[in-house]
Amino acid sequence: MIESRELGKVFKDKKRGEIRAVDSVTFTCKPGEIYGLLGANGAGKTTTLRMLATILSPTSGSATVAGFDVVRQSTEVRAHIGFLSTATALYDRLTAAETVQYFGRLHGLDDATIDRRMAEIFKALDMEEFRDRRCAKLSTGMKQKVSIARTLVHDPPVMIFDEPTNGLDVMTARAITDFISQCRSRGKTVIFSTHVMTEAEKLCDRIGIIHAGRLRAEGRLDELRSQFRQNSLEEVFVAVCGDGQ
Amino acid sequence: MNLHNALIVFRKELRDMLRDKRTIRSMIIIPVIAFPLLFLVVGWAASKFAGQATKEASTIMVQGGDDSPQVLDALRSASDIQIVPYQPDARQEVSDKKIRAAVEIPEGFQASVSGGHAEQVAIDYFADDMKSELAKERLQKFFDDYRDRLAREALAARGLSPGLLEPFSVKTANVAAPSKVGAAIFGGWIPYMIIILSFTGAMYPAMDLTAGEKERGTMETILSSPVARTDLVIGKFLMVVLASVVTSILSLISMGVSFAWSKRAFLRGSEIQMSIDPSAVAAVVVLLLPLAVLFAAVLLAVALLAKSYREAQTYVSPLVFVVIMPAVIGVMPGVELNWKTAFIPILNTSLVSKDVIGGNYHWALMAAVFGMTCAYAAIAIAAAVRMFNREDVLFRV
Repeated sequence: MIESRELGKVFKDKKRGEIRAVDSVTFTCKPGEIYGLLGANGAGKTTTLRMLATILSPTSGSATVAGFDVVRQSTEVRAHIGFLSTATALYDRLTAAETVQYFGRLHGLDDATIDRRMAEIFKALDMEEFRDRRCAKLSTGMKQKVSIARTLVHDPPVMIFDEPTNGLDVMTARAITDFISQCRSRGKTVIFSTHVMTEAEKLCDRIGIIHAGRLRAEGRLDELRSQFRQNSLEEVFVAVCGDGQ
Repeated sequence: MNLHNALIVFRKELRDMLRDKRTIRSMIIIPVIAFPLLFLVVGWAASKFAGQATKEASTIMVQGGDDSPQVLDALRSASDIQIVPYQPDARQEVSDKKIRAAVEIPEGFQASVSGGHAEQVAIDYFADDMKSELAKERLQKFFDDYRDRLAREALAARGLSPGLLEPFSVKTANVAAPSKVGAAIFGGWIPYMIIILSFTGAMYPAMDLTAGEKERGTMETILSSPVARTDLVIGKFLMVVLASVVTSILSLISMGVSFAWSKRAFLRGSEIQMSIDPSAVAAVVVLLLPLAVLFAAVLLAVALLAKSYREAQTYVSPLVFVVIMPAVIGVMPGVELNWKTAFIPILNTSLVSKDVIGGNYHWALMAAVFGMTCAYAAIAIAAAVRMFNREDVLFRV
């Protein structure tokens, strides 16, 4: 469960002064549900997700993830999430197995548990073949699998994906979207951000459209369509974001 | 702080570093290869050229002396001097380094010296040119000996004792312990080398573990794990300290071994004993530990400001001068450890190490220097931890 209440983030910039990257964003994401955060580049998606992952701390409002407060209980929050984005790279000089092991240890798991979890995940993702190969030597698709394995080692109830398919080829992107829907079927709470409309249409149970730091519209896909009297999500998106410019 | 988590981070960073060829190069290969090579080349060159110069006879020209055949004959028979025919531009040839020296024997030299009249022999040479200086010394010695002989003969002819020439003699004796003589010449440079090396040894890993991690995009990955930022810094910090200490100790061992090895070549025939007490070196290493800690923490904090490895280099390179300056001042003669200099970081460690290697243990000052450096190091660690908790530093755009 993710609950965001009036979440806001102001950055201070020497040249441009205060920048309100995220402004009073309120939404709820329930277990077994995929919540899509839809927005253009710079709309505030990444900042919102980073605040939920406790990588950044909010300047106003609050949020709870898996029942923990992102400010006061940030360590517990991080222990209950799997965070994946195109910016979360892997250590080139560690092997696939060592990477997963390292993150397992940081999550406080003992070696026996890590080995058991790793065997399960590597089998499920078909990673046995390259488990002892260094990440630098892996293909983009293989790396993505290692990243998934890393986020899953502690079996987190909440998954946060920040533009996970950005810059990936069709097959690799598809593997990721498949993985996201699997997370839902396992009852996890999933939030992910994207600017690809088809991806959002295909995956999301509920969609929030974020523009210039504010959540402009929110609802199920059919709700959004009827509310804005548009046929496709893209048309809805343009209707929501177009007026402000 | 959770030491368990910090150690998990440390172990991973260690494994990561050991697999990096650049680390191995800067931490292990350079100190281990560079010092023996340096000593070998310098030692070989020094002994080779110095030996050659003392072996070969000095080429000189003699102006005049045609009416002083005894002096000329004696000069010709000197084995370390070779006379070439006189040219009018003898002085020019000396300054062109074609010949080593030129001697001018005044007209009627032999006759007037035998008659008891003082005459002057002029030697032209090139100062600071080793071979020319050597020729000058040989000529001086030749004429001194010649003068002494003439004086003795004159005394003997008058039936006087040759002892009149030298009513008394002066003898000097060295009372300093051999280690202190060695320390004065060489000891100041040991802490200098260790200070520089413990800094450069920490530089590469500090940049790689901060700016490098940002550049490769793994910073966000590690920040999304439950490890607290303080534990993350401490783990990285331990790695940088280890790299710094390993680099300086390896360099020290390598320096010591190559020095002992080339010592004979260096000091053949010299009366100076260059022995340095191993326990003093161990004490210096202990005194330098908090300095390595200070370096590691400062480097981490500074390098974290950068977005990329390259940018980090531009921030860190000027720091090398900040480190070298006090280290060099510490080596200079006359700069001494007192209650003022004991508070200046780096300089104090350099000075206290020089004293210790020289066999002087000022316990109170040593404790003060150690304590001060520990205090500076603690401040630097706190600063590094603070930096890692600053979003604007971690996510600088």
